[in-house]
Amino acid sequence: MNAARRFLRSPEGVAGAAVLALLALLALAAPLLFPGDPLAIAGPPLVAPFADPALPLGTDRLGRDVLAGLVHGARASLFVGIAAALVAVAIGSVVGTLAGFAGGLVDEALMRVVDAFQIVPGFLLALAFVSVVQASLPVVVLAIALGAWTGPARLARAEVLSIRERDYVASARILGMHPLEIALREILPNALPPVLALSAVIVAGAVLTEAALSFLGMGDPNIVTWGSMIAEGRAVLRSAPHLSIVPGLALVATVIGVYLFGEGLAELLSRRERRA
Amino acid sequence: MKRALRLIGRRAVSSIPVLLIVVVGTFFLLESASGDAVDAYLVSIGGGDAALMEQLRRSYGLDRSALSRLGLYISSLLRFDLGWSVAFNRPIAGLILERLPNTLYLMGSATALSFAFGTLLGILAGARPGSLRDRVLSIGSLALYAVPGFWLGLVLAITFAVQLRWFPTSGIETVASGKQGLDRVLDIARHLVLPVSALAMIYLALFLRLMRAGMAEIWRLDFVRSARAKGLARRRIVLRHVARNALLPVVTMLGLQAASMLGGSVVIESVFAIPGFGRLAQEAVGLRDAPLLMGIIVVSAVLVILVNIVIDLVYGLLDPRVGASERPA
Repeated sequence: MNAARRFLRSPEGVAGAAVLALLALLALAAPLLFPGDPLAIAGPPLVAPFADPALPLGTDRLGRDVLAGLVHGARASLFVGIAAALVAVAIGSVVGTLAGFAGGLVDEALMRVVDAFQIVPGFLLALAFVSVVQASLPVVVLAIALGAWTGPARLARAEVLSIRERDYVASARILGMHPLEIALREILPNALPPVLALSAVIVAGAVLTEAALSFLGMGDPNIVTWGSMIAEGRAVLRSAPHLSIVPGLALVATVIGVYLFGEGLAELLSRRERRA
Repeated sequence: MKRALRLIGRRAVSSIPVLLIVVVGTFFLLESASGDAVDAYLVSIGGGDAALMEQLRRSYGLDRSALSRLGLYISSLLRFDLGWSVAFNRPIAGLILERLPNTLYLMGSATALSFAFGTLLGILAGARPGSLRDRVLSIGSLALYAVPGFWLGLVLAITFAVQLRWFPTSGIETVASGKQGLDRVLDIARHLVLPVSALAMIYLALFLRLMRAGMAEIWRLDFVRSARAKGLARRRIVLRHVARNALLPVVTMLGLQAASMLGGSVVIESVFAIPGFGRLAQEAVGLRDAPLLMGIIVVSAVLVILVNIVIDLVYGLLDPRVGASERPA
């Protein structure tokens, strides 16, 4: 548990971990804290915050409980953020490892595909993808991952290029291991730490992209998300601006938590490297 | 000059296969959608019989196989023809050209502002890493970088347009004001203040962080130590030795962020109802106009390539080491 102790020594990491733990707890406990559909009508429309103890943050234009929406919205944000980053890192590290290890024509072809994904604005790609397939949470995850895997792919490739000339890879070759086995079992695990350090930035980006997609009404319509709450509040922006402001603050807090956590993680991973 | 031309030529040639991947990939992605433009059109006019559908499909070439349509699309792209928008009933190229300037104003001013203030504040923070000023700026930029652009736009609109009434809430210019010349320019500028600020703030935070991180790294290098040992004034070391070298990765980032900024302007244009390129993308999705969406993606890819070529040229000017080995001895 040396790693955990080292992580705890970075104040940013601890602060980020605390924020994320609180959010994860809220997200997991949402069905217990606020049972029932958060999109159901809970009271009269536009109850002001702190006016009714049963509805602490009031209600929106349609009389839905704002606090219940916020807590349930944490589920969508965290799930999409983490899942999209996992998919992006998985695709990116496999593609990057193959490109770096195979070299030659395969490398050239794969890197041109990476270039192609990089010059198309990720948000436009996600918009196009969601418009083709009916929007649901997994589709949104995939749409966001499509625009986010190129960073990990480039990084993994660069790592692999530096690792593949090392002695233990040469000995694996002499042992007669299949090249694919060498790439995936010997090289990929060693190329992974710097890619993982990048993952916090990807999670943060995914959370923001999900919010923007559902703000534009391109998210899953059956799930309450912070982005859709902000969009919903726009209709009464003049009379009840808090309906748009509060979910945005939740987004900011989440993303800050992810960044801080990522800084702790990066410190941990870089210290490990220095020691090695 | 010759070096610049060679660079442009080389980059243009190497972007052709990449653009081709974008075109083919987007084509098949949009092809896999259920329903085509004719279906969407018929829904919008309230339905039609099978014969009309057949006739419309033939007139748009939708009765051919996907591969032959892809071939046709690429050959018309070579003639700078992006096809016909079913939803707007006019050529796509003209539609995009009409919307593009608004987005370019938005992105251009946001880039200039965020780059100028981002690097400036980054120099202030990085001049003394670890100082109070550095910590305040670092934490502030981290918080700012976590803010969703569209939400910041809304908050700015609530504060400065709804409450204070300093700026208009939406649009690119006052409708039917008949303003001409300088009046019109000022009117557009007034409409752009809030959207540009919303877009610029996020990237300002990014450039600040990058500049600061780069400077912190360079302070540790040997040539900075010798500059200090020589007894150079601190201000001179900060500006001429540290900041100048830290600027290069920020310039590179400017090119890398072009695509993300174009994506960000989609949402900002929607918040402020600016009839720009990004808003057009959203309309294309809403109206299920696949050829229009396709054209938008191709044009944005070309735009990103162009921005990156310009950045490479600027980089060559800033860093004399770039391309130095290419020169004939």
